[in-house]
Amino acid sequence: MMQPGLYHLLFISTALFFIGVYGFFTRRNLVTMLMSVELILNSVNLNFIAFNKYLWYDKMDGLFFTIFIIAIAAAEAAVAIAIIINLYRSHQSIDVENTEDLRY
Amino acid sequence: MNEMLTLMKPELVLTGIIFLLLFIKLGKGMKNETLLLLIQVLLLLNFISGFFFNAEGTLFGGMYQTTGLMVLQKNILNLGVYLISLLFADWFKKSEHMPEFFMLMLSALLGMFFLISSGNLLMFFLALELSTIPVAAMANFDLEKRRSSEAGMKMILSSAFSSGILLFGTSLIYGATGTISFAEIPFHLNGSPLQILALVFLFSAFAFKLSIVPFHLWTADVYEGSPVATTAFLSVISKGAVAFIFMATLYKVFQPMQAIWYNLIMILAVATMVIGNLFALRQQNIKRFLAFSSIAQVGFILVGISSNSTDGTTSVVYFILIYIFSNLAAFGVAAAIAAKANRENIDDYKGLYQSNPFLSWVLALALFSLAGIPPTAGFFGKLFLLTAGASKGSYLFIIIAALNMIISLYYYLRVVRSVFMDKNDLPMEKIQIEPSAKLALIICSAGIILVGLLSWIYDYIQNLV
Repeated sequence: MMQPGLYHLLFISTALFFIGVYGFFTRRNLVTMLMSVELILNSVNLNFIAFNKYLWYDKMDGLFFTIFIIAIAAAEAAVAIAIIINLYRSHQSIDVENTEDLRY
Repeated sequence: MNEMLTLMKPELVLTGIIFLLLFIKLGKGMKNETLLLLIQVLLLLNFISGFFFNAEGTLFGGMYQTTGLMVLQKNILNLGVYLISLLFADWFKKSEHMPEFFMLMLSALLGMFFLISSGNLLMFFLALELSTIPVAAMANFDLEKRRSSEAGMKMILSSAFSSGILLFGTSLIYGATGTISFAEIPFHLNGSPLQILALVFLFSAFAFKLSIVPFHLWTADVYEGSPVATTAFLSVISKGAVAFIFMATLYKVFQPMQAIWYNLIMILAVATMVIGNLFALRQQNIKRFLAFSSIAQVGFILVGISSNSTDGTTSVVYFILIYIFSNLAAFGVAAAIAAKANRENIDDYKGLYQSNPFLSWVLALALFSLAGIPPTAGFFGKLFLLTAGASKGSYLFIIIAALNMIISLYYYLRVVRSVFMDKNDLPMEKIQIEPSAKLALIICSAGIILVGLLSWIYDYIQNLV
């Protein structure tokens, strides 16, 4: 059986990144958009781990970075969900199409 | 230990203030008036303490670094926050959750301090998040208003997306160079395609935070929907801090790839100035108008950054100082009028001079300074930015920037004309301004005039660079 190499992991992480970007721009539900952002952050985590394991295995920078990203993503999601709940209270919906008080 | 106390003094003082506010909130609480006075005094002391016992050095294995210039940048931001606490006293006193607002604002400021001092991509990322997540909560601070929650939503989603892009760029940098330390990255940069891609990703994340043109769409909506104190913080303090770190990153970390980012900056600066100006022409709401005018101002900051020299650094720091005074004065006047007369449209400002001469003069001075008309400091700020930019020798770029200053005159003077020259049969009633807001407006006006005339300020910044 073939061992996965650096390029396989990079392919997956880049694909995840662009799936996240695609989801962020096409989905109209705020929670789904937040999930897309989480996909982007996870692709970054995968990138760091892959680079750390295959290229720079003598340094731990990548692993530390990953742990911090996970923690920060949780903090960001907490604030975002609080804001979305508040938005639901005032708009009775979490669809971005309904938030159109501010536009050109 | 002693070294840490002196090097991290700005951060430690600020942390002390945040904790003090937290304990006051958790304990018995205080009346808003007394607490606001206490906060104003503390922030003033914080600003004054920034001039004493400063040291230069690095901490934590190079993760945290500080120089005289960084201390000055932090102190400029301190001054801005102090002015905000004075200017919007009226709104703060009415707010039910004033201590929380200041805790969020000072946490964001703390994040910006670490951002300016960061010497490592990890520290940089943590500081950037600390400086943007609280701002989203601040944008949503008028909990019962629909517009405010919409602004908060737009802010948090766009900032989460931009930090995702930033992190992807960071991971590519780590993959290409094997280090995350700002001091070591330049030695490993050789302009390979992977590194160029990483630079583009990092650049676009900065562009989001600075609202440079292809990434500016959130700006006007967030500025219009947020409470005005948040808008002022976002457009002045946040923008200033990100401009400082953007410049430092490009000059120190990406110096070897200078030829690539110079072209990027040139294109984006032209786009930012032109689009910011064209959209500002058609705005009716004063907050949206100031949002687009601040986008156009970022274009001029980019002209200064493009010079890639000590002159560039000096002129950007000097311009941000002036920009804080002039933009805060404009926001202060707009907030006073919106709070008392409940008017935000530029047409409603007709005949303001008949009833409120003081506010009219401050607004006119602020707009003249933003437009860059000679006796005010804004002229000198723009002059130095363009001079620094011209040192690279692409004169077409500088000519486009100068032409944009002329376009911007039209919409700034349109507001001044409606304030002073248009007659209004039903002028606004006389507006009573809070004493502290009046003090802040006077400080801003004095700053707008004096910073341009006192040449030692520019020399002082230049000596620190």
